[in-house]
Amino acid sequence: MFDVAIIGAGVVGALTARELTRYNLSCCLLEKENDVAMGASKANSGIIHGGFDPEPGTLKARLNKEGVPLLYKAAKELHVPFKNNGSMVLAFGEEENKVIDELYERGKKNGIDGMDILSGAEARRLESNLSDKVTKALLVTNAGIICPYALTIAAAGNAMDNGAKLFTNYEVAAIRTSDDGFTVSSADGREITARYLVNCAGGFADKIAEMAGDKFFEIIPRAGEYMLLDKSEGDTVSHTIFQVPTKNGKGVLVTPTADGNLLLGPTAEKVESAESTETTAAGLDTVLKLSKKSVPSVNTRAVITSFSGVRASEKGGDFIIEASQKVPGLIHAAAIDSPGLSSSVAIAEYIVELLSRQGLALSKNPDFNGERADTHAFKKMSDAQKDAYIKEHPAYGRIICRCEKVSEGEILDALRRNPKAVDIDGVKRRTRSGMGRCQGGFCMPYVMKLIKEETGKPMTEITKKGGKSAAVIDRL
Amino acid sequence: MIEHDIVVIGGGPAGMAAAVAAYDSGAHDVCILEREETLGGILKQCIHNGFGLHKLGRELTGPEYAAVYAEKVAERGIRVYTETMVTNLSPERVVTAQSTKGILKIKAKAVVLSMGCRERPRGALNTAGTRPAGVYSAGTAQKLMNCEGYLVGKRVVILGSGDIGLIMARRMSLEGAKVEAVCELMPYSGGLKRNIVQCLEDFNIPLYLSTTVAEIHGKDRVEGVTVAKVDENRNILESTKRYIPCDTLLLSVGLIPENELTKSAGITMDRVTGGALVDENRETETAGIFACGNVLQVHDLVDYVSDEAEIAGRGAANFVLRGKRCGQTIKTKAGSGVRYVLPQRVNADEEEEVALFLRVTQPFSKVKYTVSSGDRVLMTAMRLKAAPGEMEKLILKPEKFKSAASEITVSLEVMQ
Repeated sequence: MFDVAIIGAGVVGALTARELTRYNLSCCLLEKENDVAMGASKANSGIIHGGFDPEPGTLKARLNKEGVPLLYKAAKELHVPFKNNGSMVLAFGEEENKVIDELYERGKKNGIDGMDILSGAEARRLESNLSDKVTKALLVTNAGIICPYALTIAAAGNAMDNGAKLFTNYEVAAIRTSDDGFTVSSADGREITARYLVNCAGGFADKIAEMAGDKFFEIIPRAGEYMLLDKSEGDTVSHTIFQVPTKNGKGVLVTPTADGNLLLGPTAEKVESAESTETTAAGLDTVLKLSKKSVPSVNTRAVITSFSGVRASEKGGDFIIEASQKVPGLIHAAAIDSPGLSSSVAIAEYIVELLSRQGLALSKNPDFNGERADTHAFKKMSDAQKDAYIKEHPAYGRIICRCEKVSEGEILDALRRNPKAVDIDGVKRRTRSGMGRCQGGFCMPYVMKLIKEETGKPMTEITKKGGKSAAVIDRL
Repeated sequence: MIEHDIVVIGGGPAGMAAAVAAYDSGAHDVCILEREETLGGILKQCIHNGFGLHKLGRELTGPEYAAVYAEKVAERGIRVYTETMVTNLSPERVVTAQSTKGILKIKAKAVVLSMGCRERPRGALNTAGTRPAGVYSAGTAQKLMNCEGYLVGKRVVILGSGDIGLIMARRMSLEGAKVEAVCELMPYSGGLKRNIVQCLEDFNIPLYLSTTVAEIHGKDRVEGVTVAKVDENRNILESTKRYIPCDTLLLSVGLIPENELTKSAGITMDRVTGGALVDENRETETAGIFACGNVLQVHDLVDYVSDEAEIAGRGAANFVLRGKRCGQTIKTKAGSGVRYVLPQRVNADEEEEVALFLRVTQPFSKVKYTVSSGDRVLMTAMRLKAAPGEMEKLILKPEKFKSAASEITVSLEVMQ
């Protein structure tokens, strides 16, 4: 029996597992997909929000403000790519100028420092590619960018290194409660028991709540479509560029990513389910049109991929992070839409606090090590250091992904290090192999061969992303 | 840091032919840096025939054609560094490469760029829909089939009628897959006529022009695609949408010269070709750095890649043996009906005839090409047809361009 089982290995679930391993207790992550970070955690804007936007007094306002410095700290410990690049909210015209003032005031109420109101001309001095039509801007210096799936993978890996267990392809089918705790069974017939249960199921959090006998909220899935541009465009802007928010979200942004690409998006459309991650012609058109409104020179010919992520919203508008009032030992962390990533470490800490209030004993684990070795250490070496390293580890000399210059050594590391990559996309998210301008055209067959050698699986069982996503179907 | 007179980056057909030509022109200290285990480049996965008819006078498969040149390289004792990927090139011709032995730095007197090209991926098309397994660029599917020995799917739609897509339509059919359709966004095919006949018509595979894939369906693996006709502005016509069940979508939607190194060295590029700006010796605007093959302009046939690489190899050897030419250059320009002309400049003191390579903007029947300088017509040439998918070549005699002013223009007019 585990002390704590966490349903959902997204960013909140993974960071919660990591927080729990600071203490002498056992915990596990139950993930329905083939890998961690398979839902909203892999397909979002990757923004560390300044914290001016949430309604004062909400959980979002509190956890965003608390969460930003905690997130920067965790990113350093886990060697997750991030940058404190600052953000700007743009206004176009008188009406929107007023919104900028309101946001500034709201930020003050939320206790956010480092905000500044700029004229259109001042904004353009900082960002020369901004539209001439920008009339006013809110500059927020503590905002940043981070790779959201790298954070999730690193958090899950660090938790595993500290003793947490990860069960993938564990689609929760039933939850039974008893005096001892919970029995959680999976669709494929596995079963685990835990004294406490944390619901971090993202777009499925309402379904999990229902299975646990405590459904009091409904997740509204809202899709956000994005376009990712080549690294050649990564310096089009240096800040994260927002437009004044609409009722549906923070609007379409133009931002560099922590890995050096340029990201445009998202839209915000209510969709059928958390799995409705298809892109639409209309959505991609909207992204292009609105991003050009902020930055007219955006080079849309340099798009290398487009994608859609579904965020889990709720009608109340705030995060739902609380102990169940009906089921003792159950904690919900639901409706974690924006600023969920920015708040994620604070949310994880808060969940542990809620568990403790529910009676979970927390004694420090003296062996806990919050540092995770840098998976991109090789990339950051000088030529001389690389030369010496390759002489010791020749696999690092063999480049598999030409666009992102990823070596065989780095791919093997991703296949061996917690949480181990088990499919082609898993290797991609860990190493960036296949994430460059050719989108895996050259490296995919090589990556498949490395997975085959490492796992012993035949090529026909190597998948893009688990399930029935085999890349090749038969031997010739 | 080690030194070589000439460093050739990339050991595909262009790199091999350039190295051999450089050697034969007297520059014996030439080496090839190749990122794969063996020479040959993309030819290794092109197991179909049709290579070498122009250049070697016989019809070979891709690996056979590559072997001819690999042998020439070996005969001359040209040094080949395999599994060695160039990671940086400086304008001063210092080449940094990475291999299992470590980091290699080579100072070269001349460099030949012959890195080839890559395929335009799905992401660049902004095709709506899901992102399942089973969407491959045609060349990736070709590698998985021909080099690794795996079938990528059994029911296939191909978007784009570029040559690799056409070749793969036949290849998949031969392995028992059903190719449901080849869709081409443009009102004409970008592939060679012979490939349309031999790869589609002979296998009863329908080619739908002015048609694109509007949506991709399927969660884990492709389950189908929605195809639709497009109007003259390439906008999807909603009423023509139809669903085709399939498990695979292959893309043959364009090749992009792989010029990241070229750009990192600050070499001036041509926005139309996607390659460097070069003179008739294929020297870029950065002295001592030459470019040839598909990294310079995407070719129709490997035979022409070899031809161009020989020019670059000789040019590099001359640069090493005789130094930089400095004199007047004449710019070439694409006029009406012509998309680009290569080389983009010609040395006025060139003593040999110069071949101008060009592509047209759209298919034409009978055309007349005119090479002119200002009001003066330098030469004209008639052709029975012209198509964007077939590169045209015009030979300009030295006395012609010597009489030109600072710029020459190639244009075409349609004949009645």
